[in-house]
Parts: sequence; C-alpha cells; structure tokens
Amino acid sequence: MKYESQGVAKLYFIAAIGLFVGQILFGVIMGVQYISGDFLFPEIPFNVARMVHTNLLIVWLLFGFMGSAYYLVPEESERELFSPFLAKLMFWVFLVAGALTILGYLLVPYATLAEITMNDLLPTMGREFLEQPTITKIGIVIVALSFLFNIGMTILTGRKTVITLVLLTGLAGLAVFFLFSFYNPDNLILDKYFWWFVVHLWVEGVWELIMASLLAYVLIKVTGVDREVIEKWLYIIIAMALISGLVGTGHHFFWIGTPDYWQWLGSIFSALEPIPFFMMTLFAFNVVNKRRRDHPNKAAVLWALGTAVMAFLGAGVWGFLHTLAPVNYYTHGTQITAAHGHMAFYGAYVMVVLTMISYSMPIMRGHKASNERAQVFEMWSFWLMTVSMVFITLFLTGAGILQVYLQRYSEAPLGFMVTQDKLAIFYIMREVAGLVFLAGLIVYILSFFVKGKEVEVI
Amino acid sequence: MRETFTKGMARNIYYGGGVFFFLVLIGLTVDTVVSLPKTDNSENLTEQVAAGKRLWERNDCIGCHTLLGEGAYFAPELGNVYTRFGESTEAIKGFIKSRPKNGIPNRRSMPQFNFTDEELEALAQFLKYSDGIKTARDWPPNIQG
Ligand code: HEM
Ligand code: HEM
Ligand SMILES: [Fe+2]
Repeated sequence: MKYESQGVAKLYFIAAIGLFVGQILFGVIMGVQYISGDFLFPEIPFNVARMVHTNLLIVWLLFGFMGSAYYLVPEESERELFSPFLAKLMFWVFLVAGALTILGYLLVPYATLAEITMNDLLPTMGREFLEQPTITKIGIVIVALSFLFNIGMTILTGRKTVITLVLLTGLAGLAVFFLFSFYNPDNLILDKYFWWFVVHLWVEGVWELIMASLLAYVLIKVTGVDREVIEKWLYIIIAMALISGLVGTGHHFFWIGTPDYWQWLGSIFSALEPIPFFMMTLFAFNVVNKRRRDHPNKAAVLWALGTAVMAFLGAGVWGFLHTLAPVNYYTHGTQITAAHGHMAFYGAYVMVVLTMISYSMPIMRGHKASNERAQVFEMWSFWLMTVSMVFITLFLTGAGILQVYLQRYSEAPLGFMVTQDKLAIFYIMREVAGLVFLAGLIVYILSFFVKGKEVEVI
Repeated sequence: MRETFTKGMARNIYYGGGVFFFLVLIGLTVDTVVSLPKTDNSENLTEQVAAGKRLWERNDCIGCHTLLGEGAYFAPELGNVYTRFGESTEAIKGFIKSRPKNGIPNRRSMPQFNFTDEELEALAQFLKYSDGIKTARDWPPNIQG
C-alpha cells in the first residue's frame, strides 16, 4: 500500500462481503418459495424476501464501488485521501442506515414501515429496487455526496489520470441519476418511464464507466502494460457504452404506453449494447497476453478475465436474446428477464468488485498476494460461484422458454399459476445450483483465513 | 489497436458521442412526455386512482406481481387483470378480500392486507385505470398476461 489512507477500503470491502452473504441467503429462501409456495408464509412473504435480496445486492455493490474508489484514487492521484475521517464516518452512516432499513423490511409489515417513515410526505416507496423508505433514500444521497466530495477533492488536487476521471464521471452519474428515485408521479407511465432513468441508466450507462475503469486499473497493476494502450481501450469502451446505452433505454419503452417509435429506436440501439461488453473481453485478454510481468496474485487475474467473459455473456448475450421488440413482446416480464438479470449483475458488477477486492485485499493485509493455498481456495470459489451462476441462468432460461410457450404463444394459453406449476422441475434445479453458489461463497470467505507460506512481504 | 487510431481520437468519440446521444435522449423524452396523453388514460386518472396507486406502493404489490410486465415474476400480471376478471371491479375486490390470513397450504399465497372497503375500491380503480393504458400491440399477448 503506497498511501496509508487507502486502508479505509478494507472496512468497505468487509461490509460488502457480509451483505453479499445476506443477499444470497434470501435468494436461497426465495428459491424455496418458488418450489413450495407457503415456505415461511406469512412471516416472510415473497415480496419481503425479494426486497431484502435485491436491496442488499445494490447496497453491497455500492459499498464495493466506494471501497474500490477509496483504494484506487489515492494511488492514482499520488496523494493521501482528502479526508480519511469523512470516509470512515460515512461508512458507519451508510452501514447503520442500510442495516436499519433491512431490519425494517423484516420486522414490520411494509405498510407500517411506510407509515412510521412518513412516506406520505414524499411518497417514493413501493417501486421495484427503490423500496427504501424516503428517509433512507435521502441518507443515500448524503452519503453519496460526501463520498463524491472526498474522492473529487483527492482527484482534482492530485495527479489526474484517465482512470480516475472516468471513475469520477461514473460515480457522479450514479448519484445524479439516483435523484430520479424521488420523482413518483400519479401517472403510471411517467412513473415507469423515469424509473428506468435510475435502473437502466445505472446498469447500462454510468456503472459501465465505473466497471471499465476498475477493470483497467487492475489490469495495469497485474500486467504492467503501458498506460497509453489501456487508456485508449478505456475511452473507446465507454464511448460505445454511452452511444448504445443512452438511447438503448428504449428497450424498456416497448409495452408501457410510450410512443411506437421506441420499438425501432430501442431495438436498434440496445442491439448495439453488447459491443462495449465484447470490447471489454477483447481488452482484458489482449492486455493479459501482452503482460510484461507475471503478478503473483493469480486469483486477481482470474477474476479480471472472468469479469470480462461473464459480463459479456450475461449482459451482452443474454441481454441481446430478448432485446428486440418482436422477441420482447413474448418474453417481457418472464423468467427470461430473471435469467438475464442474474447473470448480468453477477458477471459485470459482482465480479468487478470481487476483482478489486482480490487485487487489493492482500496488499492491505501486508502482502503482494495471498499465499498459494489461500489463492487455491479463492480460485475454487471463483469456479463454484461462476459455474453455478451459469446453471442458474440456464435453468431460468429453460423455465422462461417453457413459460412463454405455455402462457403466451401456444394455441390454448394456460393461466399464470397453472403454467408455474409446470415449471417446477426447473425451479428445483435452480435451487440446487443456488446452494452450490452459497457453498462457493463460503469457500470464498474461508480463503481469507487460510494460512500458508506467505509470498513477498511489502 | 493500431497506432493510426490515437487516444485523442478515442477520447473525442467518447465526449462527442456521450454528449450527443444524451441530448438525443432528452429530446426523445420531451417528445414522449408531450405525446403521452394519447395513450396514458389520464382522463380516468382520478383522486381515487391516485390513492389506489399509493396503496399499491405502500403494500409493495410489485414485489410479487408484474404491472405492464415490470416487477416480480412470482404472481400474475395485473396490467390486464380488469379484463381477465370480466371487467368487474367487484371481482377484483372479492379476490383481494378473501385471501386467507395464513395462506393456502403448499401454494404461493397472497397476504391478507385487511383493507377497508374504501381502500379496496381505490385499488380496484387503480387496476382498472392501468388496464385502460393503451400499450403498443395491445400488450400483453393474451388475456393470461
Ligand atoms: C451489466 C449490465 C446489465 C445489467 C446488470 C442488467 C440487468 C437487468 C435487470 C435486473 C433487468 C430486469 C429489470 C426489471 O426488474 O424489470 C433487466 C432487464 C432487461 N435487460 Fe438488462 N442488464 C444489463 C445489460 C443489458 C444489455 C446490454 C441488454 C441488451 C443487449 C439488456 C437488455 C435487457 C432487456 C431487454 C430487459 C427487459 C426485459 C423485459 O422486458 O422483461 N440488458 N436487465
Ligand atoms: C443463490 C442464488 C440465488 C437465488 C436462488 C436467487 C433467487 C432469486 C429469486 C427467486 C428472485 C425473484 C425473481 C422474481 O421476481 O420472481 C431473484 C431476483 C433477483 N436476484 Fe437473485 N438469486 C440468487 C443469487 C443472486 C445473485 C448472485 C445476484 C446478483 C448477482 C442476484 C440478483 C438478483 C436480481 C438483480 C433480481 C431481480 C431480477 C429481476 O427483476 O429481473 N441474485 N433472485
Ligand atoms: Fe436496460
């Protein structure tokens, strides 16, 4: 570690991993509910488990992004963090606010939570992914602004690199687009339309900037390839992300009462969205092949390459699968959507955060890389989680294709619930794969505690 | 990448492309918002419907159901439930009211929310309004949603 203040990242990463475990436990609970509908009913209804699962995902990814920025920015900017104290303070604020919100979901009925947090004053709750009480949303904004201030001051008063500037743009965009979560008009179409300004413009817009810059940073570090080459790739990747992804938002405006031209615009532009993800794959393999040194942290290299491949599969291939309007007419809001959502989130954002953790955590603990045995554990967890996620995606895709056929395509369409009964076998297999994923996550955590002959001390 | 394609060119494509398509998105957004009244059923967006939407949100119905194909995939699409239930708000209210408190053994069950009659009416009116939104190609493909 070149700068002492980089160490605050450790707190953020530990919290991220802890919340990741919570996310997966609730995923596994929902997996059971999909097989045996009354599991934990009425104590933990499906919708509660779902908001815990998805909100924990978002919160731990945010912890991961912030931790990554706190680690990366001082080193790139060649100075200490502007205010390590503020970074630590905001860590606790965010953790407590997040924990209280999740406890609120679990301990009182959602309607009661809405009441005690005075949702009526500024109603923002009860929309997918944005279930947080309004007061939590305000907390998120405060944390995000303090974070941006801290990172921004460090970057702007230090050495500016393409990586830090792209990262800063992505993080600022993240905060700005989140503001749309406060806009909740009575008009359902307007509500839905601007809801996507948070969700789509995050994952298929500004988050891609964050992802690409983190990946570029780790690749520079583990391969020693010239910065000029990497920066050129970075620019062209994020250029393609914005060129395709901004108007690509239209692939969500096919069937919600928005004008017909979105059928064309949404289909064409979103069909280009796989390009930046494909370029990330080319980029990662290219750079690793041209490496100037063999970094002892093999696990980090594996995560970096894995991210590039899985993001392309999940976002690029599985996204393209249902993004053209004539296909989406049948697949919209089915298990196909869930299949894509899982592999895309995992392949792009989960994996890029785990890549950063894999690279930086050993250094923060005083070694250039973890010992061999620990790395073997980590690589096992990589394969367990990644392969089981591929299977989760395949089983959900199977369920989705059958669902579309039975419920929407065949001559005599079946009702929703009747169709679901016929998909049981897929849901059972998905749950088995989910348990393997959980096992992989446990191995991942163990890898931090495995002792062995330590490599180079720094 | 070849040397003839410089970092400066890549940067310009990023800034130029990013700004340009952001402006395009804003333009299209303005046009969309302006032309919404043709499809958005706003003539039927009453106070009661708005109250129904708040109830829909306050109970996180979207955590199990889809509405116009967005939401969760655990329970049926509700953007056309008014049509599916024979265009009867009474049938919708009857269904919501009759959910057993402890669920139905072994089946996916909807909670009993203990709504008042007034609340039930507002929710049913909200679902009727949603069904009245004119979606392209009359999505969903059939009555099953
Ligand atoms: C890492 C990037 C991405 C992530 C994390 C992601 C995630 C998601 C998620 C979670 C949903 C479901 C939203 C909901 O609940 O309604 C979704 C929907 C969708 N995504 Fe992505 N996505 C990504 C990239 C892409 C790309 C590149 C494409 C196109 C090539 C794409 C096409 C779609 C489409 C068409 C839908 C709508 C599905 C429907 O109609 O039900 N996504 N995405
Ligand atoms: C142990 C494995 C997991 C299981 C069994 C599981 C299960 C589920 C279930 C049942 C749903 C709800 C689908 C519905 O609405 O009907 C869901 C939603 C979701 N999960 Fe997972 N999950 C798992 C792991 C993950 C992981 C690792 C991620 C992120 C990388 C993730 C991200 C999501 C997202 C984004 C949604 C919302 C999807 C959408 O709206 O399309 N899950 N999950
Ligand atoms: Fe999208």
